[in-house]
Amino acid sequence: MSLDLLFFQEELLPALNRGLVVSLALIIPASLIGFVFGVVLGCTRTYGSRFVKKLGDAFTALVRGVPLAIQLMFIYYALPKLGVFFEPYGAALTSFIICTSAYQSEYIRGALLSIHKGQIQAAKALGFTPLKTILWIIIPQAARRALPGCGNEIIYLIKYSSLAYLVTCMELMGEGKVVASDTFRFMEVFLAVGLYYLCMVSIATVLLHWLEKKASIPGFRPR
Amino acid sequence: MNEQVILEVKDISLSVGPKSILSHCSLTLHKGELKVLIGPSGAGKSTLLQCINVLTQADSGQILLEGREVMTQNAKELCCYRTKVGMIFQDFKLFDHLTAIENVSIALRKVRGMSKEEAKKRAMQELERVNLAEQRELYPAQLSGGQKQRVAFARALAMDPLVLLLDEPTSALDPELVGEVLAVIRDLASGGMTMIMATHQMDFIRAISSEIIFMENGHIVEQGPPESLLGENAQSRTKQFYNSLASV
Repeated sequence: MSLDLLFFQEELLPALNRGLVVSLALIIPASLIGFVFGVVLGCTRTYGSRFVKKLGDAFTALVRGVPLAIQLMFIYYALPKLGVFFEPYGAALTSFIICTSAYQSEYIRGALLSIHKGQIQAAKALGFTPLKTILWIIIPQAARRALPGCGNEIIYLIKYSSLAYLVTCMELMGEGKVVASDTFRFMEVFLAVGLYYLCMVSIATVLLHWLEKKASIPGFRPR
Repeated sequence: MNEQVILEVKDISLSVGPKSILSHCSLTLHKGELKVLIGPSGAGKSTLLQCINVLTQADSGQILLEGREVMTQNAKELCCYRTKVGMIFQDFKLFDHLTAIENVSIALRKVRGMSKEEAKKRAMQELERVNLAEQRELYPAQLSGGQKQRVAFARALAMDPLVLLLDEPTSALDPELVGEVLAVIRDLASGGMTMIMATHQMDFIRAISSEIIFMENGHIVEQGPPESLLGENAQSRTKQFYNSLASV
Protein backbone atom coordinates (compact mmCIF):
# COMPACT_ATOMS: atom_id res chain seq x y z
CA MET A 1 0.00 0.00 0.00
CA SER A 2 1.58 3.24 -1.09
CA LEU A 3 0.73 6.66 0.26
CA ASP A 4 -1.50 8.54 -2.20
CA LEU A 5 -0.68 12.16 -1.45
CA LEU A 6 -3.17 13.48 -3.94
CA PHE A 7 -6.00 11.64 -2.18
CA PHE A 8 -4.99 13.21 1.09
CA GLN A 9 -4.62 16.72 -0.30
CA GLU A 10 -7.60 16.86 -2.60
CA GLU A 11 -10.16 14.70 -0.87
CA LEU A 12 -9.55 13.56 2.65
CA LEU A 13 -8.02 16.59 4.39
CA PRO A 14 -10.48 19.16 3.04
CA ALA A 15 -13.37 16.93 4.14
CA LEU A 16 -11.86 16.30 7.56
CA ASN A 17 -11.08 19.99 8.05
CA ARG A 18 -14.72 20.79 7.27
CA GLY A 19 -15.72 18.17 9.80
CA LEU A 20 -13.23 19.50 12.33
CA VAL A 21 -14.89 22.92 12.27
CA VAL A 22 -18.27 21.32 13.00
CA SER A 23 -16.74 19.14 15.70
CA LEU A 24 -15.22 22.18 17.40
CA ALA A 25 -18.54 24.01 17.06
CA LEU A 26 -20.06 21.12 19.01
CA ILE A 27 -17.32 20.53 21.57
CA ILE A 28 -16.52 24.07 22.65
CA PRO A 29 -20.05 25.31 23.41
CA ALA A 30 -21.12 21.92 24.78
CA SER A 31 -18.21 21.80 27.21
CA LEU A 32 -18.64 25.40 28.38
CA ILE A 33 -22.44 25.39 28.69
CA GLY A 34 -22.41 21.84 30.00
CA PHE A 35 -19.91 22.83 32.69
CA VAL A 36 -22.01 25.78 33.85
CA PHE A 37 -25.15 23.63 33.91
CA GLY A 38 -23.17 20.94 35.68
CA VAL A 39 -22.14 23.40 38.41
CA VAL A 40 -25.74 24.53 38.88
CA LEU A 41 -27.01 20.96 38.83
CA GLY A 42 -24.27 19.78 41.19
CA CYS A 43 -25.04 22.62 43.64
CA THR A 44 -28.77 21.95 43.62
CA ARG A 45 -28.16 18.25 44.05
CA THR A 46 -25.93 18.97 47.05
CA TYR A 47 -27.60 21.95 48.72
CA GLY A 48 -31.11 22.07 47.26
CA SER A 49 -34.36 21.27 49.02
CA ARG A 50 -35.37 17.62 49.15
CA PHE A 51 -37.63 17.94 46.15
CA VAL A 52 -35.05 19.71 43.98
CA LYS A 53 -32.43 17.18 45.06
CA LYS A 54 -34.62 14.28 44.03
CA LEU A 55 -35.38 15.96 40.73
CA GLY A 56 -31.69 16.49 40.03
CA ASP A 57 -30.84 12.94 41.03
CA ALA A 58 -33.57 11.57 38.76
CA PHE A 59 -32.32 13.65 35.83
CA THR A 60 -28.76 12.45 36.37
CA ALA A 61 -29.84 8.84 36.76
CA LEU A 62 -31.79 9.02 33.51
CA VAL A 63 -29.03 10.70 31.51
CA ARG A 64 -26.30 8.47 32.87
CA GLY A 65 -28.42 5.37 32.56
CA VAL A 66 -29.32 5.62 28.89
CA PRO A 67 -26.71 5.30 26.12
CA LEU A 68 -25.87 8.62 24.51
CA ALA A 69 -26.62 7.21 21.06
CA ILE A 70 -30.20 6.55 22.12
CA GLN A 71 -30.56 10.03 23.60
CA LEU A 72 -29.31 11.52 20.33
CA MET A 73 -31.67 9.43 18.21
CA PHE A 74 -34.54 10.24 20.55
CA ILE A 75 -33.98 13.98 20.36
CA TYR A 76 -33.55 14.01 16.58
CA TYR A 77 -35.98 11.33 15.38
CA ALA A 78 -38.55 10.88 18.17
CA LEU A 79 -39.12 14.40 19.50
CA PRO A 80 -40.48 15.64 16.13
CA LYS A 81 -43.41 13.28 16.69
CA LEU A 82 -44.17 15.42 19.75
CA GLY A 83 -43.80 18.59 17.73
CA VAL A 84 -40.25 19.44 18.81
CA PHE A 85 -37.93 19.84 15.84
CA PHE A 86 -34.16 20.13 15.83
CA GLU A 87 -31.59 20.68 13.11
CA PRO A 88 -28.94 17.94 13.17
CA TYR A 89 -26.45 20.35 14.73
CA GLY A 90 -28.98 21.56 17.30
CA ALA A 91 -29.97 18.03 18.22
CA ALA A 92 -26.36 16.96 18.72
CA LEU A 93 -25.43 20.06 20.71
CA THR A 94 -28.50 19.75 22.95
CA SER A 95 -27.91 16.14 23.71
CA PHE A 96 -24.20 16.71 24.43
CA ILE A 97 -25.01 19.57 26.81
CA ILE A 98 -27.52 17.38 28.65
CA CYS A 99 -25.13 14.46 28.82
CA THR A 100 -22.04 16.37 29.87
CA SER A 101 -23.88 18.45 32.48
CA ALA A 102 -25.14 15.29 34.16
CA TYR A 103 -21.61 13.87 34.38
CA GLN A 104 -20.08 17.20 35.38
CA SER A 105 -22.65 17.55 38.18
CA GLU A 106 -21.34 14.33 39.64
CA TYR A 107 -17.74 15.60 39.70
CA ILE A 108 -18.92 18.90 41.15
CA ARG A 109 -21.02 17.14 43.77
CA GLY A 110 -18.04 15.09 44.86
CA ALA A 111 -15.92 18.22 45.15
CA LEU A 112 -18.61 20.10 47.07
CA LEU A 113 -18.90 17.23 49.54
CA SER A 114 -15.14 17.25 50.03
CA ILE A 115 -15.16 20.80 51.40
CA HIS A 116 -14.56 20.66 55.11
CA LYS A 117 -17.54 21.52 57.31
CA GLY A 118 -15.36 23.97 59.21
CA GLN A 119 -15.13 26.24 56.17
CA ILE A 120 -18.90 26.55 56.16
CA GLN A 121 -19.01 27.11 59.92
CA ALA A 122 -16.42 29.86 59.67
CA ALA A 123 -18.41 31.59 56.94
CA LYS A 124 -21.63 31.29 58.95
CA ALA A 125 -19.93 32.71 62.02
CA LEU A 126 -18.92 35.78 59.99
CA GLY A 127 -22.52 36.38 58.92
CA PHE A 128 -22.41 34.89 55.42
CA THR A 129 -25.80 33.83 54.09
CA PRO A 130 -26.00 30.27 52.73
CA LEU A 131 -25.94 31.54 49.12
CA LYS A 132 -22.94 33.79 49.74
CA THR A 133 -21.17 30.92 51.48
CA ILE A 134 -21.66 28.70 48.44
CA LEU A 135 -20.61 31.43 46.00
CA TRP A 136 -17.56 32.83 47.74
CA ILE A 137 -16.26 30.05 49.96
CA ILE A 138 -17.37 26.68 48.68
CA ILE A 139 -17.39 27.02 44.89
CA PRO A 140 -13.90 28.56 44.63
CA GLN A 141 -12.53 25.63 46.61
CA ALA A 142 -14.69 22.96 45.04
CA ALA A 143 -13.90 24.14 41.51
CA ARG A 144 -10.21 23.49 42.13
CA ARG A 145 -10.91 20.03 43.50
CA ALA A 146 -13.28 19.26 40.62
CA LEU A 147 -10.92 20.43 37.89
CA PRO A 148 -9.22 17.08 37.17
CA GLY A 149 -12.57 15.27 37.00
CA CYS A 150 -14.23 17.96 34.93
CA GLY A 151 -11.27 17.99 32.56
CA ASN A 152 -11.62 14.27 32.18
CA GLU A 153 -15.25 14.74 31.20
CA ILE A 154 -14.29 17.34 28.59
CA ILE A 155 -11.82 14.89 27.08
CA TYR A 156 -14.56 12.30 27.04
CA LEU A 157 -16.86 14.79 25.35
CA ILE A 158 -14.34 15.40 22.59
CA LYS A 159 -14.52 11.73 21.74
CA TYR A 160 -18.22 11.09 22.13
CA SER A 161 -18.90 14.12 19.95
CA SER A 162 -18.13 11.63 17.17
CA LEU A 163 -21.58 10.15 17.76
CA ALA A 164 -23.16 13.25 16.23
CA TYR A 165 -22.87 11.62 12.80
CA LEU A 166 -25.73 9.32 13.91
CA VAL A 167 -28.13 12.23 13.52
CA THR A 168 -26.53 13.33 10.23
CA CYS A 169 -24.57 16.15 11.83
CA MET A 170 -21.54 16.14 9.58
CA GLU A 171 -18.67 16.51 11.97
CA LEU A 172 -15.26 14.90 11.80
CA MET A 173 -16.48 11.32 12.06
CA GLY A 174 -19.36 11.90 9.62
CA GLU A 175 -17.14 13.48 6.98
CA GLY A 176 -14.58 10.72 7.39
CA LYS A 177 -17.20 8.04 7.05
CA VAL A 178 -18.50 9.53 3.80
CA VAL A 179 -15.01 9.69 2.29
CA ALA A 180 -14.33 6.14 3.43
CA SER A 181 -17.46 4.67 1.91
CA ASP A 182 -16.94 6.62 -1.32
CA THR A 183 -13.34 5.53 -1.76
CA PHE A 184 -13.07 2.32 0.29
CA ARG A 185 -9.85 3.71 1.79
CA PHE A 186 -10.84 2.75 5.34
CA MET A 187 -7.28 2.43 6.56
CA GLU A 188 -6.15 5.93 5.61
CA VAL A 189 -9.41 7.60 6.52
CA PHE A 190 -9.88 6.17 9.99
CA LEU A 191 -6.20 6.50 10.87
CA ALA A 192 -6.44 10.17 9.88
CA VAL A 193 -9.70 10.71 11.76
CA GLY A 194 -8.21 9.01 14.81
CA LEU A 195 -5.19 11.29 14.56
CA TYR A 196 -7.44 14.36 14.48
CA TYR A 197 -9.14 13.27 17.68
CA LEU A 198 -5.81 12.44 19.29
CA CYS A 199 -4.57 15.95 18.45
CA MET A 200 -7.70 17.57 19.89
CA VAL A 201 -7.44 15.55 23.08
CA SER A 202 -3.74 16.33 23.43
CA ILE A 203 -4.33 20.04 23.05
CA ALA A 204 -7.19 19.88 25.56
CA THR A 205 -4.95 17.98 27.99
CA VAL A 206 -2.26 20.64 27.77
CA LEU A 207 -4.81 23.42 28.24
CA LEU A 208 -6.38 21.68 31.22
CA HIS A 209 -2.99 21.14 32.83
CA TRP A 210 -2.21 24.78 32.35
CA LEU A 211 -5.51 25.74 33.91
CA GLU A 212 -4.95 23.44 36.86
CA LYS A 213 -1.53 24.93 37.42
CA LYS A 214 -2.84 28.47 37.14
CA ALA A 215 -5.65 27.80 39.62
CA SER A 216 -3.47 25.93 42.06
CA ILE A 217 -3.06 27.30 45.55
CA PRO A 218 -0.65 26.20 48.27
CA GLY A 219 -2.37 23.57 50.37
CA PHE A 220 -4.63 22.44 47.55
CA ARG A 221 -1.95 20.41 45.84
CA PRO A 222 -0.33 17.33 47.28
CA ARG A 223 3.21 18.29 48.15
CA MET B 1 -16.22 47.73 85.91
CA ASN B 2 -18.72 49.00 83.40
CA GLU B 3 -22.06 47.35 84.09
CA GLN B 4 -23.51 47.54 80.60
CA VAL B 5 -24.77 44.10 79.62
CA ILE B 6 -23.62 43.02 76.16
CA LEU B 7 -24.75 39.44 75.91
CA GLU B 8 -27.20 37.49 77.95
CA VAL B 9 -27.75 33.79 77.52
CA LYS B 10 -30.77 32.41 79.34
CA ASP B 11 -31.62 28.85 80.09
CA ILE B 12 -30.03 27.18 77.07
CA SER B 13 -30.73 23.46 76.82
CA LEU B 14 -29.80 20.97 74.18
CA SER B 15 -30.16 17.23 73.97
CA VAL B 16 -29.26 14.78 71.27
CA GLY B 17 -31.59 11.83 71.46
CA PRO B 18 -31.96 10.87 75.10
CA LYS B 19 -28.62 12.42 76.02
CA SER B 20 -28.65 15.86 77.55
CA ILE B 21 -25.69 17.92 76.25
CA LEU B 22 -26.54 21.25 77.86
CA SER B 23 -29.09 21.84 80.54
CA HIS B 24 -30.35 25.25 81.59
CA CYS B 25 -27.13 27.15 81.00
CA SER B 26 -27.36 30.87 81.69
CA LEU B 27 -24.71 33.54 81.71
CA THR B 28 -24.34 37.27 81.39
CA LEU B 29 -21.48 39.15 79.80
CA HIS B 30 -20.85 42.76 80.72
CA LYS B 31 -18.92 45.15 78.57
CA GLY B 32 -15.19 44.56 78.77
CA GLU B 33 -15.47 41.31 80.67
CA LEU B 34 -13.47 38.20 79.92
CA LYS B 35 -15.29 35.15 81.16
CA VAL B 36 -13.65 31.80 80.97
CA LEU B 37 -15.37 28.47 80.51
CA ILE B 38 -13.52 25.56 82.01
CA GLY B 39 -14.32 21.98 82.84
CA PRO B 40 -13.47 18.44 81.86
CA SER B 41 -13.70 17.43 78.23
CA GLY B 42 -17.23 16.61 77.19
CA ALA B 43 -18.62 19.13 79.66
CA GLY B 44 -20.34 21.07 76.88
CA LYS B 45 -18.06 24.14 76.72
CA SER B 46 -17.68 24.11 72.95
CA THR B 47 -21.32 23.26 72.41
CA LEU B 48 -22.39 26.14 74.61
CA LEU B 49 -20.26 28.54 72.55
CA GLN B 50 -21.68 27.07 69.34
CA CYS B 51 -25.19 27.55 70.69
CA ILE B 52 -24.42 31.17 71.53
CA ASN B 53 -23.81 32.04 67.89
CA VAL B 54 -26.29 29.43 66.71
CA LEU B 55 -23.87 27.24 64.77
CA THR B 56 -25.75 24.66 66.79
CA GLN B 57 -29.40 25.38 67.37
CA ALA B 58 -30.35 24.95 71.02
CA ASP B 59 -33.60 23.18 71.89
CA SER B 60 -34.69 25.96 74.19
CA GLY B 61 -33.42 29.15 75.70
CA GLN B 62 -32.95 32.78 74.84
CA ILE B 63 -30.10 34.91 73.61
CA LEU B 64 -30.14 38.65 74.17
CA LEU B 65 -27.63 40.97 72.52
CA GLU B 66 -27.56 44.42 74.12
CA GLY B 67 -30.91 43.68 75.71
CA ARG B 68 -32.69 42.66 72.51
CA GLU B 69 -33.72 39.06 72.02
CA VAL B 70 -32.23 37.45 68.93
CA MET B 71 -34.79 35.70 66.76
CA THR B 72 -32.63 32.77 65.77
CA GLN B 73 -35.26 31.35 63.44
CA ASN B 74 -35.14 34.44 61.24
CA ALA B 75 -32.34 33.84 58.72
CA LYS B 76 -31.68 37.50 58.03
CA GLU B 77 -31.62 38.50 61.66
CA LEU B 78 -29.38 35.55 62.46
CA CYS B 79 -26.79 36.60 59.86
CA CYS B 80 -26.87 40.16 61.21
CA TYR B 81 -26.44 38.89 64.77
CA ARG B 82 -23.49 36.73 63.78
CA THR B 83 -21.65 39.70 62.26
CA LYS B 84 -21.72 41.23 65.75
CA VAL B 85 -20.50 38.08 67.51
CA GLY B 86 -17.01 37.07 66.48
CA MET B 87 -15.94 33.46 66.78
CA ILE B 88 -12.48 31.98 67.14
CA PHE B 89 -12.20 28.23 66.62
CA GLN B 90 -9.80 25.73 68.06
CA ASP B 91 -8.71 24.67 64.56
CA PHE B 92 -8.67 28.22 63.10
CA LYS B 93 -10.95 27.44 60.15
CA LEU B 94 -9.27 29.94 57.85
CA PHE B 95 -10.55 29.89 54.28
CA ASP B 96 -8.01 27.65 52.58
CA HIS B 97 -8.29 29.25 49.14
CA LEU B 98 -7.62 32.80 50.29
CA THR B 99 -4.46 34.61 51.36
CA ALA B 100 -4.19 36.04 54.86
CA ILE B 101 -5.39 39.46 53.77
CA GLU B 102 -8.21 38.02 51.69
CA ASN B 103 -9.30 35.91 54.64
CA VAL B 104 -9.70 39.09 56.64
CA SER B 105 -11.27 41.18 53.89
CA ILE B 106 -13.73 38.74 52.33
CA ALA B 107 -16.47 39.15 54.93
CA LEU B 108 -15.99 42.93 54.85
CA ARG B 109 -16.66 42.84 51.12
CA LYS B 110 -19.32 40.16 50.79
CA VAL B 111 -21.17 40.63 54.08
CA ARG B 112 -20.55 44.27 54.92
CA GLY B 113 -20.55 45.35 51.27
CA MET B 114 -17.31 47.36 51.44
CA SER B 115 -15.39 48.14 48.28
CA LYS B 116 -12.30 46.10 47.54
CA GLU B 117 -9.89 48.95 48.41
CA GLU B 118 -11.70 49.89 51.58
CA ALA B 119 -11.84 46.28 52.75
CA LYS B 120 -8.17 45.76 51.97
CA LYS B 121 -7.20 48.85 53.94
CA ARG B 122 -9.20 47.73 56.93
CA ALA B 123 -7.87 44.17 56.67
CA MET B 124 -4.33 45.53 56.63
CA GLN B 125 -4.96 47.43 59.86
CA GLU B 126 -6.20 44.26 61.52
CA LEU B 127 -3.24 42.23 60.29
CA GLU B 128 -0.90 44.90 61.61
CA ARG B 129 -2.64 44.68 64.97
CA VAL B 130 -1.75 40.97 65.18
CA ASN B 131 1.74 41.56 63.72
CA LEU B 132 1.17 39.75 60.45
CA ALA B 133 1.48 42.57 57.93
CA GLU B 134 4.40 40.84 56.25
CA GLN B 135 2.53 37.55 55.85
CA ARG B 136 -0.48 39.16 54.16
CA GLU B 137 0.03 37.42 50.82
CA LEU B 138 0.60 33.94 52.26
CA TYR B 139 -2.00 31.19 52.13
CA PRO B 140 -3.10 29.33 55.27
CA ALA B 141 -1.02 26.30 54.30
CA GLN B 142 2.08 28.52 54.39
CA LEU B 143 1.43 29.87 57.89
CA SER B 144 2.29 28.36 61.26
CA GLY B 145 -0.49 27.43 63.65
CA GLY B 146 0.01 30.53 65.75
CA GLN B 147 0.01 32.74 62.67
CA LYS B 148 -3.18 31.09 61.42
CA GLN B 149 -4.91 31.74 64.71
CA ARG B 150 -3.78 35.36 64.65
CA VAL B 151 -5.21 35.74 61.14
CA ALA B 152 -8.43 34.26 62.50
CA PHE B 153 -8.43 36.96 65.20
CA ALA B 154 -7.86 39.65 62.58
CA ARG B 155 -10.70 38.22 60.51
CA ALA B 156 -13.11 38.26 63.44
CA LEU B 157 -12.02 41.68 64.69
CA ALA B 158 -12.39 43.30 61.28
CA MET B 159 -16.15 42.88 61.63
CA ASP B 160 -16.10 45.08 64.78
CA PRO B 161 -17.82 42.48 66.93
CA LEU B 162 -19.48 43.44 70.20
CA VAL B 163 -18.32 40.20 71.74
CA LEU B 164 -15.82 37.51 70.86
CA LEU B 165 -16.40 33.80 71.48
CA LEU B 166 -13.16 31.84 71.78
CA ASP B 167 -13.35 28.08 71.58
CA GLU B 168 -10.07 26.76 72.97
CA PRO B 169 -8.02 29.15 70.84
CA THR B 170 -4.67 27.69 71.88
CA SER B 171 -5.45 23.97 72.22
CA ALA B 172 -4.33 23.03 68.71
CA LEU B 173 -1.06 24.93 68.94
CA ASP B 174 2.44 23.72 69.64
CA PRO B 175 3.50 24.90 73.10
CA GLU B 176 5.98 27.45 71.76
CA LEU B 177 3.26 29.09 69.66
CA VAL B 178 0.72 29.47 72.46
CA GLY B 179 2.34 32.63 73.76
CA GLU B 180 1.82 34.70 70.63
CA VAL B 181 -1.91 33.94 70.62
CA LEU B 182 -2.29 34.58 74.33
CA ALA B 183 -0.57 37.92 73.77
CA VAL B 184 -3.28 38.86 71.29
CA ILE B 185 -5.99 37.88 73.78
CA ARG B 186 -4.28 39.86 76.53
CA ASP B 187 -4.10 42.93 74.28
CA LEU B 188 -7.78 42.60 73.46
CA ALA B 189 -8.72 42.22 77.09
CA SER B 190 -6.79 45.33 78.08
CA GLY B 191 -8.39 47.12 75.15
CA GLY B 192 -11.80 46.40 76.64
CA MET B 193 -13.04 43.68 74.31
CA THR B 194 -15.87 41.59 75.71
CA MET B 195 -14.98 37.92 75.47
CA ILE B 196 -15.97 34.47 76.56
CA MET B 197 -13.34 31.79 76.19
CA ALA B 198 -13.26 28.05 76.65
CA THR B 199 -9.71 27.09 77.56
CA HIS B 200 -7.38 24.90 79.56
CA GLN B 201 -4.70 27.55 80.08
CA MET B 202 -5.23 27.71 83.84
CA ASP B 203 -2.45 30.13 84.73
CA PHE B 204 -3.55 32.47 82.03
CA ILE B 205 -7.11 32.29 83.35
CA ARG B 206 -5.98 33.25 86.81
CA ALA B 207 -4.07 36.22 85.55
CA ILE B 208 -6.56 37.68 83.17
CA SER B 209 -10.14 36.48 83.54
CA SER B 210 -12.80 38.50 85.28
CA GLU B 211 -14.88 35.43 85.99
CA ILE B 212 -14.61 31.68 85.76
CA ILE B 213 -17.53 29.51 84.70
CA PHE B 214 -17.05 25.88 85.59
CA MET B 215 -19.02 23.36 83.57
CA GLU B 216 -19.56 19.66 84.03
CA ASN B 217 -21.93 17.28 82.26
CA GLY B 218 -23.74 20.08 80.50
CA HIS B 219 -24.38 22.06 83.68
CA ILE B 220 -22.86 25.29 84.81
CA VAL B 221 -21.68 24.18 88.24
CA GLU B 222 -20.05 27.32 89.56
CA GLN B 223 -19.25 30.81 88.47
CA GLY B 224 -17.31 33.51 90.15
CA PRO B 225 -14.14 35.60 90.08
CA PRO B 226 -10.90 33.56 90.02
CA GLU B 227 -9.75 34.83 93.38
CA SER B 228 -12.81 33.36 95.11
CA LEU B 229 -12.95 30.08 93.15
CA LEU B 230 -9.21 29.46 93.11
CA GLY B 231 -8.16 31.32 96.27
CA GLU B 232 -6.12 29.76 99.07
CA ASN B 233 -9.01 28.41 101.06
CA ALA B 234 -11.50 27.87 98.30
CA GLN B 235 -13.44 24.63 98.54
CA SER B 236 -14.76 24.89 95.01
CA ARG B 237 -15.17 22.21 92.36
CA THR B 238 -13.16 24.55 90.14
CA LYS B 239 -10.25 24.39 92.55
CA GLN B 240 -10.35 20.58 92.59
CA PHE B 241 -10.28 20.57 88.81
CA TYR B 242 -7.43 23.08 88.81
CA ASN B 243 -5.44 20.94 91.22
CA SER B 244 -6.06 17.78 89.24
CA LEU B 245 -4.68 19.54 86.12
CA ALA B 246 -1.70 20.87 88.04
CA SER B 247 -0.79 17.43 89.39
CA VAL B 248 -0.43 15.90 85.93
